[in-house]
Amino acid sequence: MISKGKKMKHKTLKKRFIGILLIAGIAAGILAGCGSSSNTADTKAKARTLEEIKKSGTVKIGVFSDKNPFGYVDEHGEVQGYDVYFAKRIAKDLLGSEDDVEFIYVEAANRVEYLKAGKVDIILANFTVTDERKEQVDFALPYMKVALGVVSPEESLVTDAEELKGKKLIVVKGTTAETYFTEKYPDITLVKFDEYQEAYDALLDGRGDAFSTDNTEVLAWAIRNKGYTVGIESLGSLDTIAPAVQKGNTELLNWLNEEIKSLAAEEFFHADYEATLKKVYGDSVDPDNLVVEGGNIE
Amino acid sequence: MQNMGIEVVFKGNNFIRLLEGLWVTLRIALIAMMLSILLGFFLGMIMNVRNKGIRAVCRIYLEIVRIMPQLVLLFLVYFGAAKHMGINLSGENVAIIVFTFWGTAEMGDLVRSALIAIPKHQYESGYALGMTKLQVYLYIILPQTFRRLLPSAISLLTRMIKTTSLVVLIGVVEMVKVGKQIIDASRYTSPKAALWVYGMIFLLYFFICFPFSRLSAMLERRFSNGFQKK
Repeated sequence: MISKGKKMKHKTLKKRFIGILLIAGIAAGILAGCGSSSNTADTKAKARTLEEIKKSGTVKIGVFSDKNPFGYVDEHGEVQGYDVYFAKRIAKDLLGSEDDVEFIYVEAANRVEYLKAGKVDIILANFTVTDERKEQVDFALPYMKVALGVVSPEESLVTDAEELKGKKLIVVKGTTAETYFTEKYPDITLVKFDEYQEAYDALLDGRGDAFSTDNTEVLAWAIRNKGYTVGIESLGSLDTIAPAVQKGNTELLNWLNEEIKSLAAEEFFHADYEATLKKVYGDSVDPDNLVVEGGNIE
Repeated sequence: MQNMGIEVVFKGNNFIRLLEGLWVTLRIALIAMMLSILLGFFLGMIMNVRNKGIRAVCRIYLEIVRIMPQLVLLFLVYFGAAKHMGINLSGENVAIIVFTFWGTAEMGDLVRSALIAIPKHQYESGYALGMTKLQVYLYIILPQTFRRLLPSAISLLTRMIKTTSLVVLIGVVEMVKVGKQIIDASRYTSPKAALWVYGMIFLLYFFICFPFSRLSAMLERRFSNGFQKK
């Protein structure tokens, strides 16, 4: 009886060990599989061609739903903003009506995945062009330009990135600010959030000493929030914001480039600025510092 | 100069949108829970089978669910399935699949332990009466496990309701995301709205989770009385 019990115990231990090994193996396999195949271009999720989009009658465009004033949902549940204004124009010129667009709400961290998985045709979510992202998606001509800005409370204003060493800097995951500070200032402690709203709340609560993201963002926010100032208005290189399509979807990319070039004649993006951004930036910001017409950055 | 922020909750369609978000949350959690209970009962019975191979497979499944964060599973099914297998599922269906995958494992383990906890003589008395194995399970064992399972099943359901706040990352706009959209849309006009919107979300979560836990307490009492009378 006793010996049998002992034996059984021994057996279950052994079994458990084998089980753990098996699980570890499977997990490693899954991870390795994802890692290797995500870099190959020939995924099964081919994005729709221009022809297929026209045939279906709606273009799927990924926009932000909580990044006022670029992409946000108003109190009637309607999506609005600078990116959305452009998205509606794309639908109008591509399919004939500005209602022929299906808006898909994306987050900063999953924009690339949406394109790779072919779940959207175009991403118009304040997508900053970077070399790293160029390897994953194809960018069209830019329609806006930005640099990084850092906003902090007036009583302990941060005016130089060096001052941030040893302090806590808030960033949003998947943004250019996260990459920039990780690379250039590894000594700064980064407090990371998934969403913009959380990041702003964290700054207001004092969970970090400053918040960095695109200067357009922080400039607009600082105007409305007394006691906070953008101490660093332009940091890092001047970046551009452009629509993105799945890698290899050349047809749609060329169409978008032509569209952006042809819109320059009517100064479409200045009109877009007037309609969506002006009420946020007021007269303190010169539209030519943000808006890009026809993809020309001087 | 700036307003309080509470009016933001009721401005335009905002409150209705919050309720719609709540409905998305509930729909995902309830459908996943119903499927989990059904499948979990089968899994629990299978887990008690003597066959070592079957047991090992169940064990691995359970461990995978426990080790993998739900978010990873959501991403794997939503983006992974589309990228590698060309299967394009909607965000809500993916959420239901992943939550069922998770719930089935948890329910299965609960059912397994509940089955073990039933005294052996219950089975043996059944067989002595000439009942088949199926009849013993159907008429004697399962009704008894049901009562033991209620509290943990309800707690699983409320956990599921709360975990639905993750599904926004696969594009499903549920209550918390609606709240964030509302806060963001009014961020220049009433920056203090966040507190009120989150407060309202807290209340709504409470109002749906509380009745479930009351219901489970009530049913538990009813069931235990019923068994005593017999």
